[in-house]
Amino acid sequence: MQTLKMALKSIGSNKLRAFLTMLGIIIGVMALVILVSLVNGATGSVTDTISSLGKNMITVSISDNKGAPVQISDLSEWMQDPSLGGVAAYTKESFTGKKDGNAETVDVYGVTSYYEQIQGMSMLLGRFLRSTDIDNHTYVCVINEKLATELIGYTDCLGQEITLGGIRYTVVGVVEDNDTSLTKSYNNDSLSAYIPYTSLVRMSDSATLEITSFYVDAAEDKTTKDAEERITQILLDRFEDDEDAFTVKSQDTLENTMNDVSSALTILLGGIAAISLIVGGIGIMNIMLVTVTERTREIGIRKAIGANRHVILQQFLLEAVVLCMMGCGIGIGLSWAVLQVIGIVVSSLSITFTLNGTVVLIAVGFCFLIGIVFGLYPANKAAKMKPIDALHYGG
Amino acid sequence: MEKKETMIRLKGVCKNYQIGREVIHALDEATLEVTEGEFVSIIGPSGSGKSTLMNIIGCLDVADSGEYILDGIPIEDYTEGELAKIRNKKIGFVFQSFNLIPKLTAEENVELPLIYQKVKRAERARRVEEALKRVKLERRASHYPTELSGGQQQRVAIARAIATDPSLILADEPTGNLDSATSKEIMDIFHELHQQGHTIVLITHDNDVAAQAERSIHILDGKVTEVKR
Repeated sequence: MQTLKMALKSIGSNKLRAFLTMLGIIIGVMALVILVSLVNGATGSVTDTISSLGKNMITVSISDNKGAPVQISDLSEWMQDPSLGGVAAYTKESFTGKKDGNAETVDVYGVTSYYEQIQGMSMLLGRFLRSTDIDNHTYVCVINEKLATELIGYTDCLGQEITLGGIRYTVVGVVEDNDTSLTKSYNNDSLSAYIPYTSLVRMSDSATLEITSFYVDAAEDKTTKDAEERITQILLDRFEDDEDAFTVKSQDTLENTMNDVSSALTILLGGIAAISLIVGGIGIMNIMLVTVTERTREIGIRKAIGANRHVILQQFLLEAVVLCMMGCGIGIGLSWAVLQVIGIVVSSLSITFTLNGTVVLIAVGFCFLIGIVFGLYPANKAAKMKPIDALHYGG
Repeated sequence: MEKKETMIRLKGVCKNYQIGREVIHALDEATLEVTEGEFVSIIGPSGSGKSTLMNIIGCLDVADSGEYILDGIPIEDYTEGELAKIRNKKIGFVFQSFNLIPKLTAEENVELPLIYQKVKRAERARRVEEALKRVKLERRASHYPTELSGGQQQRVAIARAIATDPSLILADEPTGNLDSATSKEIMDIFHELHQQGHTIVLITHDNDVAAQAERSIHILDGKVTEVKR
């Protein structure tokens, strides 16, 4: 306690120098805290977007059906599985969509009815495709807002007929365009129409009733992992235990990849920031060495009146640590302020940047360590001085 | 008169310094004894080895050979840490150049050796106050050394020396940097301390100062001789 008071007093006696010394630490801490918090904030926002793309969706694609192709009836059967919430087949083709002389290239998705739920789509008007539409391969379609405005001219277009690949379809629903930032890039700009899977099979040369790709999600009381295991098991049974015949990919995988990338980024940026912290530490060591030389006489006096090595070591070490910790505190404070400002600047992007608690703890720990490591040499130099030499230093 | 304990016993103490190729015998077979309660002056011109003698008596340095017993403790075999403890508890230093720590107030300077002794706060405050009172500086307690005159600074240094109630007060030219009037003030304090029973060893090159002690020891070229009066 007494030593702490002495250390504060000694630092206070030369404020400018103390501040300049701390500057290295302040900048290092700011770099560390701000960079890591930014990465975390950005990752958080991307991860949220990924989750919103489709909740707990599992994508299955089949490359080799081994003579037992998956058909719509199989999907219906799997829908009943207690582990699985639902299954939706999809296939995609491009056709020219026409209406009253307007022509646009349209991405046409041949889907089954569960596609709406699994993709988390919301209807602006009308309804989505129903099982009966699929079973009867009716010529009805659901289009997105953009296609409605581009091709028909307005969104309130239920009952209108449009031509897709030369076949007339009745519009039974309009899908709201998803406005989350990530999906915007590939959904909103595209003109999409959703038609019964069976109807697409009739129009297309490549699409057949042998389903090669479909989505699965988990039943409400099951995890995505359970569902993933279940569907994998079903397919393994079907395809003679050949793991290479199909792939099962879940959103979790995507999120995990994202997390891996972000941890790699965090470590990289954190590492760079840590280097600047170490540079700051060298600054502290430099100044502590100067301080020790300057105060040689004081050390001599203290030793003459009974301070042992331990006491002197403790005094100078504490001074270095206190300098580091003050720098750390200021750095964290400034980082907080900077993050607030960044948060205001990018508030339109719906990304939130908050001070990451873990990184603050790491910064504090790291600064403490730096104080000890770089304070030890100067403090030891002070402690090692012989009292008579120190006492007669400079007169 | 009851038999007093021997405070300092130096026997055949040698200390050599090597400067370049030349070996300097700063102390050559120095032998002296100081009994408890004595006021002894050690006098010698500069370069005579009196600073070396003071360093050895004050446990700031260790002799190359010979025997030194302070208050019954043989000093030779101690580690640096133990020497620091002995300096802290047994010896009170008064230096020519005061050697106060400029960043600390008079009070804090006096308190410092007590902190190193790990004396409790309340006890420290009491002893600091008492020590400052004895040198009549209680009203300057919160002044910094730079705000005090030379004589006052030396009195703070004396207060610091006596605060720990040491067995021995070791003064190295305490009046060397002071004018004659202040010197007298300081010497009066030493006399007072002597009357209160402190053992005082005073090192000086000034014959008048040395003559005020009960006993004078002369040192020249590292050789110690008793001055007969």
